[in-house]
Amino acid sequence: MDKIRNLKKSTKAAFLNYGIVLLFFIVVQILANGGHLTNSFKGQLIPIVSYVIMALALNLVVGISGELSLGHAGFMSVGAFSGVIASMTMAGSVGNGGLRLLIAIVIGALLAGLAGVIIGIPVLRLNGDYLAIVTLAFGEIIKNVMNCLYVGVDGAGLHMSFKDTASLNMAADGKVLINGPMGATGVTKLSTFTGGILLLLVVLIVIQNLVNSRTGRAIMAIRDNRIAAEASGVPITKHKLIAFVTSAAIAGAAGALYALNYSTIAPKKFDFNTSILILVFVVLGGIGNMTGSIIAAALLTVLPELLRKFADYRMLIYAIVLILVMIATNNEKVRVFMRGLGKKGKDAEVKEEAANE
Amino acid sequence: MLANLINGISLGSVYAIIALGYTMVYGIAKMLNFAHGDVIMVGGYVAFCSITYLGWPPVLAVLASVVVCTMLGILIEGLAYKPLRNATSLAVLITAIGVSYFLQNAALLIWTSNTKVFPNIFANLPSLKLGGTQVAPVTLITVFANIVIMIVLTLFTTKTKMGKAMRAVSEDKGAATLMGINVNRTISVTFAIGSGLAAIAGVLLCTAYPTLMPTTGAMPGIKAFTAAVFGGIGSIPGAMLGGILLGVIEIFGKAYISTQLSDAIVFAVLIIVLLVKPTGLLGHKVNEKV
Repeated sequence: MDKIRNLKKSTKAAFLNYGIVLLFFIVVQILANGGHLTNSFKGQLIPIVSYVIMALALNLVVGISGELSLGHAGFMSVGAFSGVIASMTMAGSVGNGGLRLLIAIVIGALLAGLAGVIIGIPVLRLNGDYLAIVTLAFGEIIKNVMNCLYVGVDGAGLHMSFKDTASLNMAADGKVLINGPMGATGVTKLSTFTGGILLLLVVLIVIQNLVNSRTGRAIMAIRDNRIAAEASGVPITKHKLIAFVTSAAIAGAAGALYALNYSTIAPKKFDFNTSILILVFVVLGGIGNMTGSIIAAALLTVLPELLRKFADYRMLIYAIVLILVMIATNNEKVRVFMRGLGKKGKDAEVKEEAANE
Repeated sequence: MLANLINGISLGSVYAIIALGYTMVYGIAKMLNFAHGDVIMVGGYVAFCSITYLGWPPVLAVLASVVVCTMLGILIEGLAYKPLRNATSLAVLITAIGVSYFLQNAALLIWTSNTKVFPNIFANLPSLKLGGTQVAPVTLITVFANIVIMIVLTLFTTKTKMGKAMRAVSEDKGAATLMGINVNRTISVTFAIGSGLAAIAGVLLCTAYPTLMPTTGAMPGIKAFTAAVFGGIGSIPGAMLGGILLGVIEIFGKAYISTQLSDAIVFAVLIIVLLVKPTGLLGHKVNEKV
């Protein structure tokens, strides 16, 4: 018992997060075995895990590195489509679905990480709102390019084109994998809930160990005061890039997991609105707080389902709740008022969240 | 070639009018108002309803749309943004996104998701022949409106007391307060002007591209925001220049390179400009002091 009490605060927080994920997994398994899960909730399990991973990835950039990214859905898109291509081309050679999912996720993460390097090097020279708008622009460019991308496979290997399926020049046995604006069709669903939870645990280990390492502290030092960090000999671009590329790669892995849960996936799924949705998870969960990101992403992904009885009004309610929560947690007067009631500002947010359910 | 240039300038003028709203609000309140694009959509719908359902003449419809949007702008600012005056910029950004969701979904409930066809309000005006190309009246009016707005705004910010107050607030909020400027009222007026301009842009946009949906404002909003950053956010001539350049690049990209990739081209040009000149074409660099 003493050993647990003497652990560092950051270690405790890390174990809390692993605990939450494992608890969620066990509860879902028990409910599923008892037959208490509705089909619509079962269908939501993998999207929930994907969005939780996305929120963690974005929190690394927004919360730990302190840079606003408005284009993270772009990395998700790169991961999704490269993952789909990888899994479909391996369909003949690798029989085991779980192994194919693993390879698809790794390839998705690698390519999204590569995109992160290409985008990060120019982008991270900018500051503040200009950086935000450039990430937005890159997100839109990725969506636009994916919309015109045609990929097919035949005996000779992969074929790519930006015009149409006919210009792929495939042999007669060729198969179209990605069909422009229609996206990937006829994808074999490989994602499993267990696989998703395993990926989530790996992502948590990577992020939490990065944040609590020397590199992580350097990244946070740059966030808190760039000039002071630079004067203390911390290389700015290198550390910003580490956070950005790690985040991009994780987003790519989440994208691959997400895409392989559906039989068809279109590029327009990963647009500006998706980027914003994930940013909302991060901000509502608490910037820089990984536990908050996990809970907010899971709750807010389920929330529209729970509000189903309000039918047409649900997005309106969502919008109003969003505005009210932001005002309640950020307005000084409201905070003082809450403190007057003998509560801290944080309790108000928890209450709001509870009221949503 | 000429026809494309004219189309580009016309589309760019619409972007410029929207970008003015973004740039003024950013200059003064230092916030990215993502709900601005949806105010355009509301402006379009109000004009549509007053023409189609109430049978009002176009001039009155435009006026109604400006009045409604101006009031909407003041209301949004007062209810959603004012309580967050001292909050982090990210909190304000998320609130703006909340407002944007709200406007889109309210529009969805009121006007449904069915596409409305916007009437051509300049149908009985003659079109102009320019070097063998027909120029539609809406094109001329858009460009003309843009020039007038530009001149009026420049005079307003340099000659009037309120305009000077706006510039003072954008330069240094604290010092402006000490000089007896009512910062809150100045910000409200800025929102009012920006939203009024958005209404005009909405009507012009819908006349040129006559489809109206609850999401109509979203993409032009993002593009106009890009235009504002392109020209240097916070600068009024910058918004004008950025808007027109963006419109011309978009139309030329569509005509000569690829229809589907035109948006990607626009954003790629933005990125290149920002990498060469990180504060936009006409933006000022503020040196960080330690």
